[in-house]
Amino acid sequence: MSKRNILHHSVWICWKDLLEFSRSKLRLVMLVLMPLFMMGMIGFIFPSGDSISDTPIALVNMDAGYEDISYGDIFLMQLYEVNNRTGMMDLSAAKDFDDIKIKLQNGEINGGIIIPEDFTTNILSGKQGNLTIVIDQSNPQLSVTMQSVLSKIIEQMGTQMAVQNLNTTYNVSINTATTMVTPYTVEFKGIVPGEPNYFQFVAPGIIAMVVMMALMTGLPHAISYEKDTGTLDGMLVAPIHRLSIILGKVMAQTVRGMIQGFIILILAVVLFGVVIEGSIFLVVFLVLLTVFSFVGLGILITSFTENEETATMVMMSLMFPMMFLSGVFFPLQQMPWYMQGIAHFLPLTYATTALRKVMVLGADISAVSTEIMILIIFGLVLLLVAVPMFKKAMCK
Amino acid sequence: MGNAIKTTTITKNFKCPKCGKIATSTGMPGERTIVTCLSCGLQGKVTLSDVTSTNGFAIEISHLKKMFGDLAAVDDISFSVKKGEIFGLLGPNGAGKSTTIRMLCTLSRPTGGSATVAGYDIVKEDSKVREHIGLVSEKMIMYNQLTARENLKLFGKLYSIPDDTLNKRIDDLLSFVHMKKWADHRISTFSTGMKQRINVIRALVNQPEILFLDEPTLGLDPQSTSEIRELIRRINVEDKTTIILTTHMMVEADMLCKRIGIIDNGKIVALDTPANLKKVVSGADTTVFEIEISNLSSGMVSSVKSLGSVKSLVQDDQTHIKVHSDGNDAFDSIIDTLRKNNAKIRSVKNLEPTLEDVFLYLTGREVREAVSENSNNTSNRHRFRRTSRIR
Repeated sequence: MSKRNILHHSVWICWKDLLEFSRSKLRLVMLVLMPLFMMGMIGFIFPSGDSISDTPIALVNMDAGYEDISYGDIFLMQLYEVNNRTGMMDLSAAKDFDDIKIKLQNGEINGGIIIPEDFTTNILSGKQGNLTIVIDQSNPQLSVTMQSVLSKIIEQMGTQMAVQNLNTTYNVSINTATTMVTPYTVEFKGIVPGEPNYFQFVAPGIIAMVVMMALMTGLPHAISYEKDTGTLDGMLVAPIHRLSIILGKVMAQTVRGMIQGFIILILAVVLFGVVIEGSIFLVVFLVLLTVFSFVGLGILITSFTENEETATMVMMSLMFPMMFLSGVFFPLQQMPWYMQGIAHFLPLTYATTALRKVMVLGADISAVSTEIMILIIFGLVLLLVAVPMFKKAMCK
Repeated sequence: MGNAIKTTTITKNFKCPKCGKIATSTGMPGERTIVTCLSCGLQGKVTLSDVTSTNGFAIEISHLKKMFGDLAAVDDISFSVKKGEIFGLLGPNGAGKSTTIRMLCTLSRPTGGSATVAGYDIVKEDSKVREHIGLVSEKMIMYNQLTARENLKLFGKLYSIPDDTLNKRIDDLLSFVHMKKWADHRISTFSTGMKQRINVIRALVNQPEILFLDEPTLGLDPQSTSEIRELIRRINVEDKTTIILTTHMMVEADMLCKRIGIIDNGKIVALDTPANLKKVVSGADTTVFEIEISNLSSGMVSSVKSLGSVKSLVQDDQTHIKVHSDGNDAFDSIIDTLRKNNAKIRSVKNLEPTLEDVFLYLTGREVREAVSENSNNTSNRHRFRRTSRIR
């Protein structure tokens, strides 16, 4: 059977699959909605640094002051001023630590600040003013953020006060005083223009993941379903190469995955301000390569599972670890070493890394050549195992 | 089928069946052409086979075997199907009919033995076999969301039929089953009978020499059943297509098939024309009685069963038993035995043998018993009773 015929037959099988797909309105709607949900969900739920707003915080001012002076009041004034600018906190008053504790337990507040009785006297007598920040341990993510944000504010306020003190007490000019208190300043600079954001990081991974999901769920469905309903026999009994069936199915699922991938890409650019720095053609090429690296796995699972239900179950249990271990949502570097080790055996890791390099950093093909090589090897090895398995499974 | 194999044309001689003169036909190997005898004008369809299979057999099976683990689904069967005949494989569910068909269609590999279909080996030349066959499987091979025409087109394309030929072929097939006005409706909107008509012509899109039908009337209402049976006959007569069909319905096999192979537990237990098969029962001194006894008891049944002249006994319901017996004095001894058991005999009928009786005679069981033995489940027994009964 000639190569032209194999391709010809596979195009007709692909045509059939897509036609069947397009006849179901719900499936068409979901085709568009799924990436929308995905992007919307990831876009809006993940905390991105300073996204905290209106967090309820209780204040306890026990400062007794000294004569007319109360540094506690000054601190609170400054705090209100900062909060008016940023809107991070929703400040309220509390009586003491126990009051804060009850309010925390009731979920009325997420944290508290306590100004002790001897705050003013300490400062006046040349000691440091000590503040207590109460955190909510049941919400580690929030409490970590609160800790860093509050300490930053307090540190800034402290610096400001120090500068003022130097200025008034020792008559040092404001500029010199600032240099004395904070001798170092830092400026962050990336290699591409623009502020880094989480979408920029997550969008390439999501594209690779959605394409993978389309293929991994679509392929077993497309083949096992036809095996279950008996229609696959019609193709198997026709004088066509077994490769045509695989190829046709893969083509149809690739088209589906690519459509979803593009929807995500467009959403990322339009809604979340993601900028594609590298070549769009390289992006498309990498997405196709991702498909190639997964096809073998899809066929393999289809071959050794006897029905659609089992195939879907196996797929799902493989897909979830892959989604979370491949650095789609969290950087690989944040994982413990053994998890990073596992990640190196997942093709999605390389697809995500390569896409991220190209889309975010504007890398060219030479910069991602290692990833490309690895993806090709993954795809080839899996296909070499999967295709003979498929042929055997189809002729039991 | 033309462009699937790109070789030079071949010329073949055919002997006219009417006058014995030689007619020639030229075309691609594997192509089916119309040959006209120059001396008497008889027309016929011939296949330009590139291997010489002149022995008149469409299918030859020799010691074919299929094991599923320890279970022999098909246990060393051998038979041949003549070109142009309708051959029936008759047997209860699970007898090995479908497995045999699947092996012949190259969908399943035999564990042992060999078979040729259209002159090609089913293992070594499986792709050649596929070019010459059509399959109507137990499950319908159709995509419900596609229209009838789209379904036919897809499969035509898988046989590499060029567009113009294919479009004409599809139109012909649709009018053949009076479905032309439904051509562009989705399969999902069709009744089961309509679906099955499309399902059958779908298997004809490549003009197969041999058509396999696996339980083609299963689950159809009586009207659709007779429609499909009529269609099968027309395909056989008008296209000269060899047909091999499986069924568990005796009536269907009796009506359609020129020859029948009775299969049970993976073995062919008899193979002949329906008439000859019935002679096995009626010819060999065997008589079938239906006896109605108003106070029928299990003691009567077992004592009649133990008689030497009784080949088999089946209890039909509360009052009826059906007895196959051998020899001239069989009737007397049965009646004597029943009287001894104080049986009140209401009526005795001498039955014409049916294929059901043939199966009973050969295997000692009714088709429905063979089924429930396999499933060993009372609820199943009732289900199969409905489908397996003589119609």
